[in-house]
Order: sequence, then structure tokens, then C-alpha cells
Amino acid sequence: MSILRRSFAALGLAFLMIAAGCGKKEEAPPPKVEAPQAVPSATVVKIGVASPLTGPQAHIGNDIKNGVQLAVEDLNAQGVVIGGNKVEFVLVAEDDEANPTKATTVAQKLADAKVAGVVGHFNSGASIPASKIYSDAGIPQISPSSTNPKYTLQGFKTTFRVVAHDDQQGPTLARFAVEKLGAKKIAVIDDSTAYGQGLADAFEKTAKSLGANIVAREHTTDKDTDFTAILTKIKGAKPDLVMFGGIDPQAGPMAKQMASLGISAKLIGGDGIQTPNFVKLAGEAAEGQMASMPGLPKEKMPGGQKFVEKYKAKFGKEVELFAPMGYDAVFVFVDSMKRAGSADPAKYLPEVGKTKIDGVIGPIEFDEKGDLKNGPITVYVVKGGNWEALETVIPLGAPGGGGRARDGAREEARGVHRRPSQVA
Amino acid sequence: MDIFLQQIINGLVLGSIYALVALGYTMVYGILGLINFAHGDVVMVGALVALSIFQPLSASGVPVPLVLLLALGASMTICIALGVSIERVAYRPLRRAPRLAPLITAIGVSILIQYTAAMIWGKQYISLPPLLKTTQLELGGAHFTDLQAVIFLLACAVMGGLYWFVTRTRMGAAMRATEQNPDVAGLMGININFIIALTFVVGSGLAAVAGLMVVLYYGIGHYYMGFILGLKAFTAAVLGGIGNVTGAMLGGLLLGVIESLASGYIGDLTGGVFGSNYRDVFAFLVLVLVLIFRPSGLMGQPSAERA
Repeated sequence: MSILRRSFAALGLAFLMIAAGCGKKEEAPPPKVEAPQAVPSATVVKIGVASPLTGPQAHIGNDIKNGVQLAVEDLNAQGVVIGGNKVEFVLVAEDDEANPTKATTVAQKLADAKVAGVVGHFNSGASIPASKIYSDAGIPQISPSSTNPKYTLQGFKTTFRVVAHDDQQGPTLARFAVEKLGAKKIAVIDDSTAYGQGLADAFEKTAKSLGANIVAREHTTDKDTDFTAILTKIKGAKPDLVMFGGIDPQAGPMAKQMASLGISAKLIGGDGIQTPNFVKLAGEAAEGQMASMPGLPKEKMPGGQKFVEKYKAKFGKEVELFAPMGYDAVFVFVDSMKRAGSADPAKYLPEVGKTKIDGVIGPIEFDEKGDLKNGPITVYVVKGGNWEALETVIPLGAPGGGGRARDGAREEARGVHRRPSQVA
Repeated sequence: MDIFLQQIINGLVLGSIYALVALGYTMVYGILGLINFAHGDVVMVGALVALSIFQPLSASGVPVPLVLLLALGASMTICIALGVSIERVAYRPLRRAPRLAPLITAIGVSILIQYTAAMIWGKQYISLPPLLKTTQLELGGAHFTDLQAVIFLLACAVMGGLYWFVTRTRMGAAMRATEQNPDVAGLMGININFIIALTFVVGSGLAAVAGLMVVLYYGIGHYYMGFILGLKAFTAAVLGGIGNVTGAMLGGLLLGVIESLASGYIGDLTGGVFGSNYRDVFAFLVLVLVLIFRPSGLMGQPSAERA
């Protein structure tokens, strides 16, 4: 999945990469020499961050790193006392190149450097293999962005994430479709990948339980571009909504072919579709199609406005996407360390799962697997060729998460949510 | 009934593209006895060249027919140049080599073209800018666009033209003679190298047309697209009887329709045990059955092993 989506980096992203590359010069010198002129009495605690800092996803990786750096600087400015000792935090940034193999190398490097906690990785495909190494070393890991459910299902005590995962996305999307859009007859298509089929299965299950009728369940592949046959079949079933679990290279032509077959039902999908690329591929047929994306629109985050300004003042550019999650992840570590009275991973790890803080992204609590409780999911709609936030839904099934945060944010600024077209 | 008709229409449009590509495989196989695995990638190059023409010109105010013509011209020129160079560089030196050698070269060339394209155009999906306004047409309850109709009719016209060329012209006769026995044809005064190059010219020209159609129809292209398309077209050529021009056309259309009907009805027929994702399985099952009963394909002539 991640490899596939990595290849979708639109040419336009090259500019962002250049921007990220330029930004690097302004950033602090490499982390290892960043060690502060330590106040003699302060204990040094290393916080690791692993994300793609070079290559096509560098802009997102650097975004995460910047978020973590900002958190470290804020904490040092505040002055943190853990177990009676003054603590100085140091950032150790590693580049995993969005490459699963490199990710494990980097993870080992961080473990050897005896970091107290790791924020990362960006890609699920990197987070999952790396998590084994962190688990063996007993170092807590918080991914700011990996949404593959498997990440937290490996039985490791060290894996956490501060983003909603795909198994939360599917049901949430289904609730939105049935309750908000009033869809009664839904056709479901998936692209036979772990991501697409997982999302579609979760969607189907919830939609059924809410009383919707799944009138067709079709499959395609992540390499196909011709969907006329299955769409024709779906047309015969007369659905009022078509759900697609998959990514934009399929969804784009699919939307087009739906239009040419005279299917008037809307298309709805997950974060694989919520990309500028989908709008380009579908052309006029993109208008009015919907997709969800984990997380709040950043200006809707409780601490969003302030964070965005601080970030811009520091780095001279806009937040891409996951910097707030990276920032919050550091605060989760530090909060746990304070409660445990120690920065030793072995001692504070049990506390991470009991975290209850208000972060930039909103309240942060973990379930027993280490997944974010009540991770919000925002549904977007294409309007005038741009994705606009339509509604934010808090997944059900967790204490305090009974309802949905309806924000009716139709007045959302256009095109703000530039979603990087890579998978998280 | 309208659904059935719709599936047939879907299948014919898809099949006509398969058929155009299948012709390239079948013609080269007929003459050289070689499966030109790089052919699918020539289609890809044609598609991406067309996209590169469309990108800057779509919003420039140049009239659409002119843009289309330019794109067709450019992709045909490049595809033909590519096809002929492949033959000259990769296949001609190996013409007398054991059969396995050119097969391996063909796969090598295919990979070479793919990654060269990835370097030129990048690995991302390239989309077609809004260029054509399509109109909905209806026939007995089935919907299709004028673009689909044009693709189908144009493919049929091109195939008709090719059939005429192969069966009615001197050049076509020379081609058929070379197909039967290159050595004897050479003794009869036919310039074998020229005829083989011509085969690649025609095949690559058709590939360019197919590439352009794929781009216009699906609005998307990327460096890997030739692989799947090539595989399907190759299957179509085998189904029709590889080496046989009419067979390739028939095989292409048939494969398109089979795929379409399979994904439309396989779920209902098997009570949901097999879904539409089994359509390729079904298509290949048909291929296997045809080959069991007619080992040389639907239209193929049983061929004696060449000396």
C-alpha cells in the first residue's frame, strides 16, 4: 500500500520537496551536534524521531520532525522536572526514506542511541517492521500517522498511535453514509488490497448493522482502470451510494465511468481518495464525491490555530499535515515520564497507556491496544475542484465518544487541507 | 436486458483496445516466431507521449481536433521509431539464435523501456487534462458516450484497413510470404529485413493508436500500464490464434466481452461464491478450454515446426 501510494506523488509535490529541502538549511544543524550547552545538573533525555527526510515524501517526514523539534524546544523552555531532576530533552532525528528495510536499520540505531521514546514512523509499512525492534528494546513508539490496523495488533506493549486507524475509518464512514446521507442501498467496491478490502469490509459490516442494504459487493484490483463491467452491474442494483475502498488511481477513472454510465449515485471513499490527485483524475466527475480522512482539519484542532502560527514563525512555512501529531506525541512521552517519575523507558512505559492529556489535536487517550481513543475522522467533499471539510465524526464505542462533533464546517477555507498523496 | 446490452457494449469497447494491441503481438509472432514482450510498453510510451502533448496544449486554446492530431502524430512517430529500433538493436542480431535468446531480450527490452519511461515521466500517475466533452448516448437502455463509440468504430476501421493491407496489397503479400518461410521469400527477391521492419512499423503504429485511445478513455497513464494491457492483449492474440491477423481482432473483442460478462454475471451465476474479482480467472479458463479443443487458437492454422 505505502509503496504504491508513494508513487503517486504528483509532480507538484516536487515543489514541496524543494521547499522542504530549502527549509532544511534554516533548520537546526544535525541533531547529534544539537546537544545543548547543558546546564550541568540537568539530565539529558533523548527523544527519537524517525520519518522520511529525503525522497518524494521528505516534505511530510520533515513536517513530523519539525513538530517534534518544536515540542522539544517548548519543553526545554518550560523546564521539565522528572522525579525531582531537571531534564533537558534532545532530539535525535533519523531518516527512514519511507523504506521498510531502512526503517529497521534506523530503529536499531535509535535503540542503540538509548532514546527514551520514538515518534514515528510516517508510513505504516515502516512503522510495522520497526515496531518489533522498539518492542525488543522496550522503547515506547508513537506513530503520528500510520493508519494500518496491524500496527497495534502485533501484541507489542510499546506501540501507540495518535491518529485514527483504518478499522475506525470504515465504520465511521458507514455511519456518516447511513445516518447523515440517509443512504439505504449501498454498493461496495474494493481494490483487493489489505487497505482497500479492510476498509470496505469494515464499512459494509457497520452499514449493514445500521440497517442499510448492501445491494452489490464488487471487487477490482489496484492495477485496473476499467470498471465499466462492475459499474454496470451496480447500476442494475440502483444504489443511492457507491463506496470504494481503494486509492485515487482507481477512484478517478471510476468516478468518470460512473458518470458515463449514467449512475447518479455519489462515490464515497477513505483517505486513499482524499487527494488532489483524485480531483485531477476524475475531472468534472469529481464534483460532489466524498472521502474521509483521519484527524480534524488542522484549523479545527483545539490547539490548531496557535500551533500553526508558532510553526510558521519557527520554520517559515505552513504545517503540511502531521506536525501537530508529532508535537503531541512528545507531550505524551513527557507526561508519562512525569507520572512515573522517571525517563527510563522500562519505568515509564506502563504509564504511556494511561495517558490522558489535551493535545493540539484534541484529547488524547489510548485504548488497550495503543490506538487513539475517539480519534476524529473528517469527511470531505469535492466542491469547485477542491476538497472541503464537510463534517467531523468521532468514532463510537469508547467512553465519552458517544456522539459526534458536528461542526458543519462548510465555510472551511478552500484547499487548506492539502493532503499529501502518500499513504500514512 | 438493458444491463446485458450494456455489458456487451462495455466489452466491445474494452475489446477493441485489446484487439489493436493484440495485432502487434500477432504480426510479429507470425513473422519472427517471437513474442515481443516489449509491445505493451510501446503502447505505454504512445500513451504517455500523447499525455505530454495534451498537458500543455489542453488549456492553450489550440482547437481540440488539432491537439488530437498532434498527439496522434507525435505518439505514432515515437512509437514507430521505438518499435523499429527495438527490432534493429534487440531482435535482428539474434534472429538466428536459439529461440530462448530473443525471448529473454524481449523481456529485457520491456523492462528497459518501462524504467526509461519512469525516469522521463516519473512513477506517478499522469492524468489527462479536461480536453473532450463527451455526450451521453443511449441504445436500448444502455448508456455509452460518443467517445466510446468513436473508439470502437475507429478501432474497427483501423483493423479493417490492416486486413485490406495484409490481404490485398503487394506489400501484404510479401509479408505473408515472409511469414510462411523467410528464407524462401528472400530467395524470391523479397527484402526480408525491410518486411520485418515494416511489421514493426505497423504494429507500433497500432500501439500508438491504442495508447491514445486508452488515455482518452481512461484519462490516466503511468509507466507500468503497458504490462497488464500487454498481458491481456497477448492472451487475446493466443485466443484468436497467434500469428493470425483476423484471429487477433476476434480474440481481442471476444476477450473484452468475456471479461465484461464474467464480471457482470459470475457472482449471480455462482450464488456469490465467486465475485467479480474472478473475472480474469474466468477469461483464462475460456482460453484454456479453447486451447484444449483448438490448440492453435480459434482462427489459427496448425503450423508445422519450422526447419
